[in-house]
Amino acid sequence: MAKAEGQQHPIGIYLKIWAWLFVLSTGSYMVDYLHIQGYLRWSLILLFMILKAGLIVAVFMHMLWERLALLYAIIVPPLLVLVFVGIMVFESDHTFFTRLAYFVGGS
Amino acid sequence: MAGSALTDTAHGVARPNGMSGFVSDWSSDQRAFKNVPWGKAMMWIFLLSDTFIFSCFLLSYMTVRMSTTVPWPNPSEIFALRIGGEDIPLILIAIMTFILISSSGTMAMAVNFGYRHDRVKSAVLMLVTALFGATFVGMQAFEWTKLIVDEGIRPWGNPYGAAQFGSSFFMITGFHGFHVSVGVVFLIITARKVLRGDFDRNTRGFFTSRKGNYEIVEIMGLYWHFVDLVWVFIFAVFYLW
Repeated sequence: MAKAEGQQHPIGIYLKIWAWLFVLSTGSYMVDYLHIQGYLRWSLILLFMILKAGLIVAVFMHMLWERLALLYAIIVPPLLVLVFVGIMVFESDHTFFTRLAYFVGGS
Repeated sequence: MAGSALTDTAHGVARPNGMSGFVSDWSSDQRAFKNVPWGKAMMWIFLLSDTFIFSCFLLSYMTVRMSTTVPWPNPSEIFALRIGGEDIPLILIAIMTFILISSSGTMAMAVNFGYRHDRVKSAVLMLVTALFGATFVGMQAFEWTKLIVDEGIRPWGNPYGAAQFGSSFFMITGFHGFHVSVGVVFLIITARKVLRGDFDRNTRGFFTSRKGNYEIVEIMGLYWHFVDLVWVFIFAVFYLW
């Protein structure tokens, strides 16, 4: 074999992650199939989503083995999108209540 | 090796790990990503910008869905498929999800075999990945046809509820499907190069005229896994919400 280069890991870890992604996807599908509602539905969907995203980025995209300089440069900015999410939740609630007050109930 | 250690900061010098490594990498007045080839760093930065684009799409979808006073169409029923006289909710989307995950698995192994210089296995796995990707796009075309022709869903309105459903759906899945299609094309190009042995013979690329190596397979893989990653979020917030 040529000299070690790039990201070298045993094939087994990819197969394991692949299997886990199947299990987690089945889980999130079952949430819908079994008509789970309310907060349990939301927490399960988000949990499965974050676990899947984490496994893909960490192992398939090799972030687990990269130096922190790259990891922070790539992972931290998308986390700041959560602030944007917060702003838009306020914004859409405001729009919703304004519409209720001026367009739906009254005339 | 003391002499080379002074000039060659990318190799041969013991670098600290953890937080002090992070600080020294970024403050070293040299390149910040020490052991990452430039192509890979650039792909990561492109993916970061693409993340923001998809974030904006998903956020605008969230905003219109939360602010509308009209009931939102139930995705579980709209995307149901009648199999054997019974409506199975979201079944097509579930199959598409499994196909995309499988394509990510084969891609990860293609990268691995690429670094081992196993040209045939790497290229075949990439072609399998491309095939999965093409299947995904085909199923998406089927889904769009069903929604447009059978259920009368349009970007400006639909018979099931809020008009914003159609615009969000076609915009988000359309943009994602476009990413998958582009990925399939580049997978085929990269697989051809690997199979031909371009990266063992240092052949220059037809577009950049630069010599490539097997890092290109990993960079291709990063893009492909990203497409899978975006689907994870679309599946969760669009189809399951």
